[in-house]
Formats: sequence, structure tokens, C-alpha cells
Amino acid sequence: MQPSRNQDTLVGLFVAAGIAGLFFLSLKVSNLSAFSQDESYTITARFENTGGLKVRSAVSAAGVKVGQVSDIYFDSKTYQAVVTMHINQQYNTLPDDTTASIFTSGLLGEQYVNLEPGGSDSYLTDNGKIDITQPAIILEKAIGQFLFKAAEEKGEAKE
Amino acid sequence: MDNNSLPSNNLVSIRNLSFSRGEKIIFNDISLDLARGKITAIMGPSGTGKTTLLKLIGGQLCPDQGTISVDNQNVHSLRRADLYALRKRIGMLFQSGALLTDMSVFDNVALPLREHTQLPEALIRTLVLMKLQAVGLRGAKEMMPNELSGGMGRRIALARAIALDPMMIMYDEPFTGQDPISMGVLAHLIKSLNNTLGLTSIIVSHDVHETSLIADYMYLIADGKIIDQGTPTEMHQSSSAWTTQFLTGAADGPVHFHYPAKNYLDDLLSSGKRY
Amino acid sequence: MINSLQHLGAYTRNSFSKVGRGTGFLLQTLSYLFSVIARPRLLMAQLYSVGVLSFLIITISGLFVGMVLALQGYYTLSAFGAEASLGVMVAASLVRELGPVVSALLFAGRAGSALTAEIGLMKATEQLSGMEMMAIDPFKRIIAPRFLAGCISMPLLAALFSAIGTLGGYLVGSGLLGLDDGAYWSQMQAKIDFQDDIINGVIKSAVFGFVITWIALFEGYDSIPTSEGVSRSTTRTVVNSAFSILGLDFILTALMFGDH
Repeated sequence: MQPSRNQDTLVGLFVAAGIAGLFFLSLKVSNLSAFSQDESYTITARFENTGGLKVRSAVSAAGVKVGQVSDIYFDSKTYQAVVTMHINQQYNTLPDDTTASIFTSGLLGEQYVNLEPGGSDSYLTDNGKIDITQPAIILEKAIGQFLFKAAEEKGEAKE
Repeated sequence: MDNNSLPSNNLVSIRNLSFSRGEKIIFNDISLDLARGKITAIMGPSGTGKTTLLKLIGGQLCPDQGTISVDNQNVHSLRRADLYALRKRIGMLFQSGALLTDMSVFDNVALPLREHTQLPEALIRTLVLMKLQAVGLRGAKEMMPNELSGGMGRRIALARAIALDPMMIMYDEPFTGQDPISMGVLAHLIKSLNNTLGLTSIIVSHDVHETSLIADYMYLIADGKIIDQGTPTEMHQSSSAWTTQFLTGAADGPVHFHYPAKNYLDDLLSSGKRY
Repeated sequence: MINSLQHLGAYTRNSFSKVGRGTGFLLQTLSYLFSVIARPRLLMAQLYSVGVLSFLIITISGLFVGMVLALQGYYTLSAFGAEASLGVMVAASLVRELGPVVSALLFAGRAGSALTAEIGLMKATEQLSGMEMMAIDPFKRIIAPRFLAGCISMPLLAALFSAIGTLGGYLVGSGLLGLDDGAYWSQMQAKIDFQDDIINGVIKSAVFGFVITWIALFEGYDSIPTSEGVSRSTTRTVVNSAFSILGLDFILTALMFGDH
């Protein structure tokens, strides 16, 4: 019965290694460990333009990830985008006059929501709203504006 | 010997059996009976479907027409569970032995016992050793099938076939490709097992000498028909030219040496197609 | 003209009859899966020959694929100054596509061909027939345990492939190319989603495992019982498995990631 017991050991090792691989992928490679639903609270913010923001884009404050975007939809009454975010429970002292802006990481990077805390003494709670928002900077728009301004200045200089 | 007068004495009776494979007719309306407790040989040239006959009896193939009954049960109208129950009482020795190559001799012989009984392992061991002793290969119990010679493999397969103490054993070409000693050993085993265990045996073979030494009754099949039948003595005295050719192994006779072809001279002189 | 039409007709008829036989074979196999669970001994032996024996080729290939991905990815990403995304690139390629697909192709070559050859030889040497005559159902004793073992092994092997590949990418990235290890893992964790990437990858590999084992066992069972027939079936297993893997991968990818 010896070979069969060796075989059992090897099969056991194989199955354990496979499951360990799955765990490794879940915890070390994917976002499963970084984020869990029950330890977070939800806040919403309205933006004029969300640019390329997507569900699961990062929400960070001072460059540190504090949560992620859970939902984006268009409000057909106010013509604004409503962004719902899950913020980790440990960051529950964000002032209620926090500013939310949509930034791009690097020139070509992904877009994310940046939270800039204000000076209020009261904090954002679950289902809280951020009132002060700054829309995403649309590159084409910015370049257009820049060119327009440059042309204007040139015109003024000529006159 | 008239088998039809004593129907209860027949373990297997085949009535008006027809079977064809594609275009080729293998059996054309044959009927035969196998007497209980006897060794019946079914002989014929290679390719006459002798193995097919065994598969039909075992229910692995279905006939186009006719019935086969084993122990008064119509094999092809049985439900699956009943067919399996019947098969437990039939041992079959395949031409190749059909031992499972991934387990030892001991485990091969123990397989039917382990699959079909709830016997404790100690008892299974005793039974397996008894069966191996009966075929004289108790000493080979640790070997793997690929270490066995052809004759030993067949004896192990025989031990496995008798593991469940069947009522009948079907031997498919037991003598083919064996040296004279193995042939003698196998012939002796078939005869002695038949007598001591009270089995009914069917031997499908084209080895005239060994088979006629141990068979009680012989059928000669060719071209889908039964050509001749009788006890070995009767067969050797048969007036049929066909039987005589088969039993003596003459090169030419009713079965011609040449496969049907067009005229030899014409064939040589024609330009032919290049292959 | 008539002749080629006749060929086409015969080919179509044969293909249909093969699909029919294959489906019947699968249904019969599936009906015995529960009896396999009742006899873990048979399953263990098959997990050994299907899973453990494929372990080495899968892990070594995974390691090298991960390392090569990191090297190749680095040169492209560094052109855009995006070396920090190397981890994401390696992990996303592995988890979504290369892990399930390459390990399935290797599995078809290693375990699938072995299964076909084994079953085919069992048929050629009358072992299957012999079992039937011993009133032992070969589906229950031979086919079903192998099928289950294939279905269990494939997702585990694919997960191992991806995990080891990610580690290989890390070794090259931080060891050879001098990237920051923190960026490798943190960017990866930020971008690889558990549900969308990991779970979908596992679903893919489970589907591949099912299909490969089915094809391999059926080709063996359906093979012409001669040495030539078995060798042709073995070839067919590898070729048909490869086609099925690639075709199914396209369909599954379109279904899973199509809306992104």
C-alpha cells in the first residue's frame, strides 16, 4: 500500500498548491483584500463632467487611496453626473465641506477622484453629499481654450 | 446425441440468429445449442465471426434477428440490471487476456470480487489465492500484466473469469499464439475446471488438435452457416469435404487457395494501373 | 462533381453522428459522477495521473511565460514612461487570457493525449469489453473518475500557472529590471478585479477542463481499436482540443469582457 500512500500525498500537495495559487491570485494580485464592502460608507458627489472616470476608479485623498467609485449615472433633471463612492470606514473624519475633483494620474494615466478636505468641524457620514466639485479637465477643451486665448492675446498685441 | 429432445439440458440456445455488420453478413439464420456441463467447441476459419458469437451471447452486441437465451433468459430482452446480473454468472476469457494493465495480477483477480461482493479483504485474499493456485500461478501474484508471458496472462485471466464461480465460461481463441506447453496447460485447465467446478464451457477456436481433444461437441461454422456438427470422433469421420479440409488443414479443397481473382494470364498481360 | 458532393454528404453525416455519439457519451459519463464521489480511491488515482503529472510542465511554463511577459512588456511600457504598470500588464494578461488558455493547451497535450491513448489502448486490448463481461460498467469504473479528475485539475493548474507567472514577472521586474516592488504589486491590486478577472479566469479554465477531458475520453472510447486508430485519435484529441480552447476562449472573452 506504500505507493498508493505516496500518491495520496502528492495529490494532496497538488490540490493544496492549486488552492494556494487561487488564494494568491485573489489576495495578492487582485483587489479582494484592498476593499471590502461592509467596512465602508457611501458618499455621493455631482460633477459637471466625469471625463473618463469609471466604476472602480480610485478615490484618494492627499495621494492615498481611501475608497473607490461604485456607481456613475447621469441625472436627467440637473444634467449632471452623479458619482457614488465607497470610502473605507477608517477614513471617517472627512469634513463635510470637502472638495471632490477628477484628476488624471500622469499625462496618460487613469482618472481618479481626489478629495481635498476643507475646514469644517462636522464630518461626512454615510449617504453624505459633497457639494463642492470640480469637473474633469478635458484635454481637448483645455487645448482649445489655450489656443483661443493665445489667438486673442495676439490680436490684442496687434491692435 | 440429440440436444433438441432435452431442452432443459441446454444452458444456451440460439435460434434463427442473423447478424450482419454493414454489408457483410456474419451469421445467416443459425441455430445451435450448448449442453449444460459440457465443453462445446465452435470452430471455423478466421474471420467467420466466432468472437462475434460470444459477444452476442454476452449481450454486448444485438442480433438483427433471432433469439439467444442463456439459462432460460432471453439475453437481448433483459433490462440492464438483469443483464449485468446474468454476466456475473458468465466468465469470459478474451483472446488477449484483457487484464487491466494498471494493476497487479492479484488486484486483477480480486477486481470482480471487490466490485460485486462486500466480502472482507482477508476473505478476498484467500479466494484470490485459491483461484491463482487453481491456475498454478499463485507465485506470480505480485507481478504486473506486462511482465507476464502470453500463456501466463491467459491463465491469470482464467483465474479472474472463475473468481465469481460462474456457471459458464466462454473462451475466445484460448490456444492462439501459444507454445505447445502453454497449449497443453490451457487445454488441461479448461478440461479440469469444467469437470471439477461443474461449468459449461464454450470454446471458440480454430486450433483443431487441442480443441478436439477436450471438446464434447463441435460446431463448424463458415460463411455464416453451420457446416457440420457432432462429437470430435464423428467429425473426424465426417464425409463432408469441407470438414475434412478444415480438420486436416489441406491447402486446397472446397475453400480455395486463391482468393477470387480474374484470369491469371489476363492479369499479367494487362498493362494495369500504377499505384 | 457528383463524387465530391457525395464526399461532402458523407462527411456531414459522419460529423453529425460523431456529435451525437459524443453527446450520448457525455450524458452517460455525467450520470455516473455521483458514484465517483462515493469511491474517492478511484478519483485519487486519476487526480494523480491527470493533475500531479501535469504539475511540472504547467509551473515551469507559467514561470517562463511570466518572465518573458515582464521583459517584453518593460520595453514597450518604458517607452511611455509607464514601467510602474508592468505588474498590471503581466497579471492581467496571465489571469484573463494566458493562464487559462496556455495551461489548457499544455493540459490537452500532456493529460488529454495520455487519456485518449490510455482509453484507446484499453479498448484495443479488450479491457473495456472485458470489464463489461465481468458486469463492471467501464463508464463507472474508468471514464467517470477520469472525467471528474480532469474537471478538478484544470482550474487548479490554470491558477497555478497564473500565480507562478505573476511571481516570474516580479522576479524579472524587480530583480533584473530594477523596478520598484511596491509599484508592481500595488498597481496590480488596484487594477485587477477579483470578480471580473480572477473569477472569470477560473470559469474559463473550468470550461476548458470540461471540454478537453470530454474530447480526450470520447476520442479514446470512439477510437478504432488498432494501433493506428489509437494514434490517430490521440492526434485528433490534441488538435480538436486546441481548436475548441481557442474558439471557446473567443466566445467566453466576448461574453465576459465584451461590455467593458
